[in-house]
Amino acid sequence: MNRARMLMAVAGLGAVLLPLSAQRTAPHDSPGRKVKPPATAEPLRGERVFKQNCGRCHNPPQSFPPQISGSILRHMRVRAALSASDEKALLRFMNP
Amino acid sequence: MSRHLPYHPRIKWKVIALVVAAAVISRHQAGAQNVPPISGGTGFITSTNGGSTTYLPVIAPTLVVPLGNHLLVESRATILESYFPRGGGQPGYTHQRFLGLSFLQADLLASSHVSVVAGEFLTPFGTYNERLSPIWISNFEDAPLIYSLGTMSTASSVGGMVRGSAYSSDKVNLTYAGYFSAASTNEQFDSERSTGGQASAYFPMPRVEIGYSFGRLLQDTRENFSGAHLWWEPADTYLRLRSEYARGPHAQGYWIEADYRLARFHGEDSFVGRLEPVFRMQQTFRSAPDSEDGLPSANTQRADFAIDYRFAHEIRINTSYSRQFSSIGNRNIWETGIVYRFLVPTWRSR
Repeated sequence: MNRARMLMAVAGLGAVLLPLSAQRTAPHDSPGRKVKPPATAEPLRGERVFKQNCGRCHNPPQSFPPQISGSILRHMRVRAALSASDEKALLRFMNP
Repeated sequence: MSRHLPYHPRIKWKVIALVVAAAVISRHQAGAQNVPPISGGTGFITSTNGGSTTYLPVIAPTLVVPLGNHLLVESRATILESYFPRGGGQPGYTHQRFLGLSFLQADLLASSHVSVVAGEFLTPFGTYNERLSPIWISNFEDAPLIYSLGTMSTASSVGGMVRGSAYSSDKVNLTYAGYFSAASTNEQFDSERSTGGQASAYFPMPRVEIGYSFGRLLQDTRENFSGAHLWWEPADTYLRLRSEYARGPHAQGYWIEADYRLARFHGEDSFVGRLEPVFRMQQTFRSAPDSEDGLPSANTQRADFAIDYRFAHEIRINTSYSRQFSSIGNRNIWETGIVYRFLVPTWRSR
């Protein structure tokens, strides 16, 4: 029993530490829509808001029609406790 | 499968009528980007626990209906059919159907930093209930062992809640939530009389979030629950570390989860890059018997190992093996699931 638990703990520790030793790469937290490179401060802020709030819990949808983007963001404003200005920045980021 | 609780035996037609009416009203008010979407996930899940296998086709749609510029009505339902062994020495399987609402709430965007929520809403305690419980988000097919602590067993509250962003900048993001729930035995809106709240701080530079949750049960017995969470996503890696601790009057426990998508090998869209190994460690500790808090009746340790695979077109396969150790018996738990995430507008915009 103790041996089994020890093996389990070692496997768990390895699962946590192995990725830390991996080569660092870009994270997968950019939205799935084809978003143009940000040119102004507002899209940059929208990208930050996305990374801080949406992307930490789930991957972005691979695509979605623009006519629902406002509804999604209002849902996220309540669910992720976004401020009104963060919501607007995120809307501009998703609809450049 | 406790993640899907609470189950309600039947959705009332007047609830559906209310949501449809809100959608119709919304159609006349919808702006260019405010068409109500239907999102959510549908999947087929199997769970073999101690040699007994359960099959579970499930769909969990969420409807979001904006009304004007400051009001939002949203609801999530869970519809599933559970096929499980008859038990008691009888051969074959039997099945049970569940239709239920996880939440049906009206959200008033009162100000830039304050939203007022009324109706049935997910109880804001810890991180799992509000953030990770949808089937298209969670890495494992079942909820953590401590899920019921602080969420008052029903996971949903009926009453009011105030929440929002207290402060947001490049260096820190502070959020809060406070709620009061009435007792309700209605089959659709089952809840305990309780109050509680949550506060969290996210630091974007180190990508660390810490938070504290508190809940007080106000039924015949007054009981306090508290919890804390720590999330960390190291910069420029695909690693995510999440952990949560909860304490009740008769038990406490924690879970730690690490997942790492193998996207550094040939990118996110490669065969290997779509793989995501996940490990979760859980422990619960019981100080006194309590048949209602939802935790195991004896101290329990459990290790969960999962391999998830993200296909294109919003399809994901989750597979996991868990080994649970307890003085009342050790067991193996095997789970698999295929989940499709959908997100569509309810109508074409004008």
